[in-house]
This record gives sequence, C-alpha cells and structure tokens, in this order.
Amino acid sequence: MTLGQIIKSFTLWEFVKAHWLTLKYLFKPKATINYPFEKNPLSPRFRGEHALRRYPNGEERCIACKLCEAVCPAQAITIEAEPRDDGSRRTTRYDIDMTKCIFCGFCQEACPVDAIVEGPNFEYATETREELLYDKAKLLANGDKWERAIAANLEADAPYR
Amino acid sequence: MIPFFQWTGLSFEAAWTVSTIAEILLIALPVMLAVALVIYADRKIWAAMALRKGPNVVGPIGILQSFADGLKVFLQETIIPSAANKGLFLIAPIITFTVALMAWAVIPFNSGAVLADINVGLLYILAISSLGVYGVVIAGWSSNSKYPFFSAMRASAQMISYEVSIGFILICVVLWAGSFNLNDIVKAQKDHVWIINGFVANPLLFPVWVMFLISGMAETARAPFDLTEAESELVAGYQTEYSSMAFALYWLGEYANVLLMCTLNATLFWGGYLPPLDIPVLYLVPGLVWLLLKILFFFFIFSWVKATVPRYRYDQLMRLGWKVFLPLSLFFVFAISGYLMATRYGVAA
Repeated sequence: MTLGQIIKSFTLWEFVKAHWLTLKYLFKPKATINYPFEKNPLSPRFRGEHALRRYPNGEERCIACKLCEAVCPAQAITIEAEPRDDGSRRTTRYDIDMTKCIFCGFCQEACPVDAIVEGPNFEYATETREELLYDKAKLLANGDKWERAIAANLEADAPYR
Repeated sequence: MIPFFQWTGLSFEAAWTVSTIAEILLIALPVMLAVALVIYADRKIWAAMALRKGPNVVGPIGILQSFADGLKVFLQETIIPSAANKGLFLIAPIITFTVALMAWAVIPFNSGAVLADINVGLLYILAISSLGVYGVVIAGWSSNSKYPFFSAMRASAQMISYEVSIGFILICVVLWAGSFNLNDIVKAQKDHVWIINGFVANPLLFPVWVMFLISGMAETARAPFDLTEAESELVAGYQTEYSSMAFALYWLGEYANVLLMCTLNATLFWGGYLPPLDIPVLYLVPGLVWLLLKILFFFFIFSWVKATVPRYRYDQLMRLGWKVFLPLSLFFVFAISGYLMATRYGVAA
C-alpha cells in the first residue's frame, strides 16, 4: 500500500465520499409515481387488454378469418364461425383466455381489418380466474369502451407501419 | 417523585415502589412511542436516499405507518413450528425486548434525571448489552430450523467480537471522565475543549468515537453489519420462524437497541444533555431537548449508513472486529492512559 492508500483507508475517505453522495440524493426530487393518482405516459404501441372493434356504422369488423387464432403462440384464442342470415361471414364465438395470453401483439399484427387490437388498458385485475376468460361480448364491450383511445393510438402509430 | 407519593399518605417504602414504577413507565412508554416513529423515520430516510417516497398513505405523510403495521401484526396468529421447543421459542423474543428496555434505566435524561443513578452505570450497560445476545441465540436454537440456527451462530460471534472493542472504547471514556457513572461522565464533558461540551472535540477521543459508532452498528446488527438477517443467505435470520407479536417484539427490540446506541453515542461522546457549546443562553433549552436532538442526529447517521453502505461479508466483519478495532482500541487505551498519567496525575516515580 502506498502512503496515499493508507491515509485514505484510515480517514474512511471512500465512506465519506459515498455518504456525501447519498446525502445529495436525499434532497433530490423523488422518482416515485403516486400510482393510482399519477400515471406514467404510455406508448401508442402499448399492448394491454384486448378489444374487438366495430366500424363507425356499428358493424363488427371481425370477419372470422381465424388468422389471429392461427398465429397466437399461446393458443389463447378460440374462434367458431358460420354465415350470418345476410350471408356475411361472422364469428359465433370469439374467446380469449387472458390467463394464457402473453401479450405479444401477433393477433393485432395478423388482423387484416384491424378488428382485434390490444388497447391501452392494463388495469383489469379480477378477483376470480373465470373473469379472465373473455368472450365475444366482453371483447366487443371493451372495443366500444376504449374505441377513442384505440383509434387515436392506431392513427399515431400509422406513419411507422 | 417520592415526596409527592408520600404526601398522598403512603409510607416511604410504598411511595418509593409506586414512584419507581411510575418512573419506569415514564421512560418505557416514550421509548416505545419513539421506536414506532423511528421505524417510520428510518423507512422515510432510506426511501429518500433511493429516490423513493417511502410510506405516505397511512395518516398525514404516512406518519401512522408503524402503528398500522403494529395493529396488523397484533391481529395475526402466532405460529409455533411443531418441531420448535415451545417454551424457549416463546421466551426468546421476550428476552430481547426486555433487555432492550432495561439498559435505559441508567441513561441520564437531564442533570440528575435518571431512574437508577448507580455508580457502575457503564458496566451495567455492558452487562445488559451482552445479555441481548441470548434472545437471538435462544431463538435460533429453539426454532429447530437450519437458517435461524446459522443466524444465531453468526449473531453470537458478531456481538461477542464487537463487545471486546466496545469494552476498550468505554475504558477510554472512563479513564478521561474518571467515573463509571453516566451522569458524572456527562458532567466531565463540560468545557472539554475550549467551550465545546463533549469528548469528540478531543483529538485523542475522536477516533475512539468513530470506532464506537461503527462498533455500535455491528453490536445492534444494523446495516452494513446485518449479517444475522442477510436475506440472500439466511431468509430472515433468527426470526425466520417467528410471526405475529413474537416477530414484532424482535422488531421493537432491535430498534430500541439502535436508539440506545444513539443515546450512548450522545451521552458518552457528545455531551449528553449538555448543549453542544458552553454558552449560557443555550442552557435555557432543557437538557432533555438537547439529548433528544443528539439521539435523532445519531439515528439519522445510522439510517444514512444503512442507505449507503452495502452489507459486509462475514470474514470482513470478523477481520474488522479482531484485526482492526481490537488493536486500535487497545492502542488508544494505552495512549490515553499515558497522556493522562503525564498531564493529569503526574508521571509516577
């Protein structure tokens, strides 16, 4: 050890420096977000809770092509379909098991009509597991509820696609 | 307080008993309240240094957090592991908690305001703090579980190692003050260097105080010496198997010990209830206020260190205790007694 090192070790110089640093941090503004009252900004690409969208005239977008079901790596999507009375092809069943979903976003990438999307909502914790097995009605309701936010996000992200 | 109880018609013996009990409550209850608030302060300081906010929901700025935690813990079930030794398992936290409160008996809160003004106050404190290890060892042994046992072994080795150097450090103080009585030690610090009240201003005693501060952290198993509850190695240490009030007693005892260490720092080296400078105006503030301010200052240092320094490795802890502090404190015992021989007592023939 050199003399300098000996002096440093006996005056606890490293500790004094470290404590000066933490003392400065004591008075810095805090990084904590006061969560339920303050929230961080979300990217337009944020992949949260799923929703099935409608056209402005109220017609559901999904045409039951089953591309999302095919691409889903977690096999969380189940679709059954048959022609409707007016002859158009629609789903009779569209289920997403939210406990299986890994939120990869492949379903919304695969969708040719922007029907299934992952919206900005992430606060949908439930008390039972069954409530997380979403059916078509729940997904369409989500779409109606979050349509404005979803449309704005899609528009914001459109230039990059 | 004895004359007051005699005035109510009690005999001297009865009045003495009643007034002593009243004085014990007068010390123990504020200490418990202080412990609750100090736990909150600890969490707040630690959080602030990590750029977090800390508890801020229960009560204004979260000040009631400790009481909410206490209530939660109080309502929980005390789980006794079937393999544990039931009697020892339950008595261990009580030992820790009781011992943590016992040492407060000899602390002078103001000139003469001390529960037991005994002449061997410092020896009493050494004895009591040695007893504290029993709560930990018995807990680790009676839990009949792997990690608590390891933790208990670590705790006993750690506390014994640092008590050795603390003993020598206290001898330095006693040599200079010429008394084991804490009240006399505080009085001896008046005007110690120029108008500064306190042994720290003394160049020979300042390094001793630094050693005492660090040894105090090791003695109370505070970070960075909290190896007894190193969660990455030992789950939660000796209190792994404890729940409910038994756990809370450890919690309270631990912080009561930390507060006691802060008080000892203030009393032995920083002039206790005396104001920092010997200026007549400062004596208008009651001694208790000065003591409390000093205790809070030292508690801040304890929290500050906890927020700054990472945990020591066990061999580093032992090295610091036996290879650094023991020789250094021994050296200062010789240096100080030699200096006092030369100046105060005259060189012996």
